Amino acid sequence: MSKMRGAIVVDEERCKGCNLCTVACPLNLLSLADKAVNKKGYQFVRQLAAEPCNGCASCAVVCPDGCITVYRKKEE
Amino acid sequence: MTKEEIIQPENLVYQKPSLMNDQPMHYCPGCSHGVVHKLVAEVIEEMNMEEKTVAISPVGCAVFAYNYLDVDWVEAAHGRAPAVASAIKRLWPDRLVFTYQGDGDLACIGTAETIQALNRGEHIAIIFINNAIYGMTGGQMAPTTLMGMKTATCPYGREADLHGFPLKITEIAATLEGTSYVTRQAVHNVAAIRRTKKAIRKAFENSLTGKGASLVEVVSTCNAGWKMSPEKANQWMEENMFPFYPLGDLKDLTND
Repeated sequence: MSKMRGAIVVDEERCKGCNLCTVACPLNLLSLADKAVNKKGYQFVRQLAAEPCNGCASCAVVCPDGCITVYRKKEE
Repeated sequence: MTKEEIIQPENLVYQKPSLMNDQPMHYCPGCSHGVVHKLVAEVIEEMNMEEKTVAISPVGCAVFAYNYLDVDWVEAAHGRAPAVASAIKRLWPDRLVFTYQGDGDLACIGTAETIQALNRGEHIAIIFINNAIYGMTGGQMAPTTLMGMKTATCPYGREADLHGFPLKITEIAATLEGTSYVTRQAVHNVAAIRRTKKAIRKAFENSLTGKGASLVEVVSTCNAGWKMSPEKANQWMEENMFPFYPLGDLKDLTND
């Protein structure tokens, strides 16, 4: 059976580090950057976990600032 | 499969709506306003009404909404957005006209305008963000503040003897003859966001087809005003706001 594989692109300069996407991710793949901050001083979010994303787009739907773009492709 | 193979234009499933521009929003991190702005932009795009929408922004946190969504906006005096929207819709009946207001604007200073516009059955849609507090001015008590809830102007909690009771303006709107669609939604998780989007779509379609006034209340968080993290604010909203402001359609005459 083919699986869906996803990938996200975070607009790190727009992200305010509200953490809502990390809560919304059903696979718990997202986390806030430990020490790195963007130009506004916010800890931005990124995918550090090695497990593959399934492209469900929950993170992007809940993002209040529209920072996350989601791509999804069927794995052959 | 590498990440580069997945990140291709043909695999795109979700991105910020193009009507929402790149200007950084002034809202606090985690504010519900951003999500509702996104939904409004998505619905206008899906309806192909980008060039035929007139929105009315309120006074409150959403006062700068005209900076973020690339449609035509009019900035109304505090609470008077439904009056301005009534005039625009009467002069320009083929336009999609909606107001975007908070609880201080709609349920306090603008109560008269809101109730009268809804009761006249103006063909407008009202999006009402209810976070039970005055967020912009620093977290004072609003008409919608819950009993016992602490704010800057009721630091020991809201008391009935001193402050009166919270105002359920959406329930009042449902009793008015002029309204066709009155609903209460939230944006705390993905399922609720999808339902809210459908509600906004229905309200906008009612505005275009001339079915009367629509009111979409969105029970929201104000994590800065409530002095909580965005995540905690969502939990607090589910535990405290939803029992008093239950979600769902209060009135739907769309198909009648």
